[in-house]
Amino acid sequence: MQFKSQAVAKPYFIAAIALFAGQILFGLIMGFQYVVGDFLFPLIPFNVARMVHTNLLIVWILFGFMGAAYYLIPEEAETELFSPKLAILMFWIFLVAGALTIVGYLTVPYATLAAMTGNDMLATMGREFLEQPLPTKIGIVIVALAFLFNISMTVLKGRKTSISLVLLLGLWGLAIFFLFSFYNPSNLVLDKYFWWWTVHLWVEGVWELILGAMLAFVLIKITGVDREVIEKWLYVIIAMTLITGIIGTGHHYFWIGTPEYWQWFGSVFSALEPIPFFMMTVFAFNMVNRRRREHPNKAATLWALGTGVMAFLGAGVWGFLHTLAPVNFYTHGSQITAAHGHMAFYGAYVMVNLTMISYAMPMLRGRSANSPSAQVLEMWSFWLMTVSIVFITLFLTAAGILQIWLQRMGETPMSFMAAQDQIMLFYWLREAAGFVFLLGLVLYIWSFFKKGEVQTVA
Amino acid sequence: MSETFTKAMARNIFYGGAVFFFLLFLALTFDTIQTLPKRDHRENITDSVVRGKHIWETRNCVGCHTILGEGAYFAPELGNVYKRRGGEFIKGWIKSQPTGAPGRRQMPQFNLTDQQLDDVVEFLKWTSEIDTNKWPPNIEG
Repeated sequence: MQFKSQAVAKPYFIAAIALFAGQILFGLIMGFQYVVGDFLFPLIPFNVARMVHTNLLIVWILFGFMGAAYYLIPEEAETELFSPKLAILMFWIFLVAGALTIVGYLTVPYATLAAMTGNDMLATMGREFLEQPLPTKIGIVIVALAFLFNISMTVLKGRKTSISLVLLLGLWGLAIFFLFSFYNPSNLVLDKYFWWWTVHLWVEGVWELILGAMLAFVLIKITGVDREVIEKWLYVIIAMTLITGIIGTGHHYFWIGTPEYWQWFGSVFSALEPIPFFMMTVFAFNMVNRRRREHPNKAATLWALGTGVMAFLGAGVWGFLHTLAPVNFYTHGSQITAAHGHMAFYGAYVMVNLTMISYAMPMLRGRSANSPSAQVLEMWSFWLMTVSIVFITLFLTAAGILQIWLQRMGETPMSFMAAQDQIMLFYWLREAAGFVFLLGLVLYIWSFFKKGEVQTVA
Repeated sequence: MSETFTKAMARNIFYGGAVFFFLLFLALTFDTIQTLPKRDHRENITDSVVRGKHIWETRNCVGCHTILGEGAYFAPELGNVYKRRGGEFIKGWIKSQPTGAPGRRQMPQFNLTDQQLDDVVEFLKWTSEIDTNKWPPNIEG
C-alpha cells in the first residue's frame, strides 16, 4: 500500500465478501425450492429469496467496484484520496441502506413495502433486479455521486493514467445508466425497452470497462509488464466491448414487442460480443507469460487468469449459445438463460472482484502476499468455486435443453409444470454443485484467517 | 501487438467506436419508438390495464414468473396466459392460492379485491395482444 488513504478500501472488501456469503445462502434456498417446492413457504417465498439473491449480488459487486476504485485510484493518480472521510461515510450509508432493504424484503410483504416507501408516488419497484424501494434507489444515486465526486477529484489533482480514465468512464456510465431505473412507463413494451438500458448497458457495457481497468491494474502489478503494452490492450478490448455490446442490446429486443429488424442487429452484433472476452483471456495469459517479476502472490495471478477464461466461457460462449434469434426463439426465458447468467456473472464480475481483493487485501494488511499456506487454501477455494459453477452451468444447460424439448418443440408440448417435473434430476444435481460452491466459499473466507509466515512490504 | 499499432490509435478506436455505435443505437431507438404504437396497441391501455401493471409490480410477480420471456423461471410464462387459460381461470387461480400440496411449488395468497383481479386480467389481456414476432413458440409459453 503506497498511500494511507487506500485503507478505506478494506471495509468495502470485507462487506463485499460478507454479502457474497449471504447471496450464496439464498441461492441454496432457491435451489432447494426448485426441488422441494414448498420449502420455507410461506416464510420465505421463492420470489423473496430470488430478490435477496440477485440484489445481494448487485450490491456486493458494487461494494467490490467501489473498494477497487478506492484502492486503485490513489495508486494510479499517485496522490492521497480526495476525501477518505467521505468514503467511509458513504460506506456506512450504503451498508445500512442495503441491510435495511434486505430486512424489508424478508420481513414485510412486498406490496406493503412498496406502499410504505413511496412507490405509489413514483412507481419503480417490482421489475427484475430493480426491486429496490424508492429510498434505496435514491440512496444508491447519492452514494454513487459522492463516490464519483471523490475519485474524480482525486484523479483531477493527480496523475491521469489510461487505467484511471477507463475506470472513471465505466463508473460514471454505471451511475448514468442506473437513472433509467426511475423510468417506468405504464406501457410494458416501453418499460422493458428502457429497463435494458440499465441492465444490459451495465453488464454488457460499462461494467466491462470497470472489469478491464481492474484486471489491467492487477496485471501491471503482478507481472511488471510495461504499462504502455497493458493499456494498449485495455483500449482494444473495451473498444470491441462497446462496438459489439451497444448494438448487442438488440438481442433483448427480439420478442418484447419491438420491431423485427432487431433480430438482425441483435444477432449479428451480439454474436461478436465473445471477441472482447476472448481477447481478455489472451491478454491475461500473454501478460503473465511475459512477466518481468515473480510476484509472491500466486493466488492473485490465478484469479486474474481465471477471470479471463471464465468470463469468456460464461459471457462469451454461453452467451453466444443462445444469442442468435432463431435459436433464442426457443431458448428465451428458459433455464438456458439461467445457466448463462450464473457462469457469466461468476466468471466476469465475481472473479474480477476476487482478483482485486486477492491482490489488494494482503497489501491493506501490510504484506505483499499472504503466507504460502493461506494461498494454498485460497487456491483450493478458487478451484472448488470455479469447478462447481461450471457444473451448475452444465446442469442448468441440460435442464434447459430438456425443458425446451418438452415444452416448446414437438407436436404435443407439455405444460410448464409438467416439463419441470421431468427435469427434476438436473435441479437436484445443480443443488449438490451449489453445496460444493459453498464449501469453496467457506475455504475462501477461512484463508483470510490462516496464519503463517508472511513477507511484509518493504 | 505490433509496435506500429500504438496506444493512441487503440484509444481513438475506442472513443470513435463507442460514440459511433451509441449514436447508431440512439437512431435505432428513435425509429423503434416511432414504430411501437402499431405493435403495442397502446390505444388499448385503459386505466384498468395501468392499475393491473401496478399490481403486477407490487406483488413482485416477476420474481417467479416470466412475462414475454423475462423474469424468473420458477413458474409459467404469463405473457400469453390470457390466451392459454382465459380471464376467469386466472382470477380463480389467484384466489385459490396457495394450493398447499406437499412438496409442490407454492404461490402466495395476495388477498386481491374483485376490482384488482379484473385489473390484473385486463393487464394480462393487453399484454397477450402485443406483437411479439410470434413468440412464444406455442401456447404453453
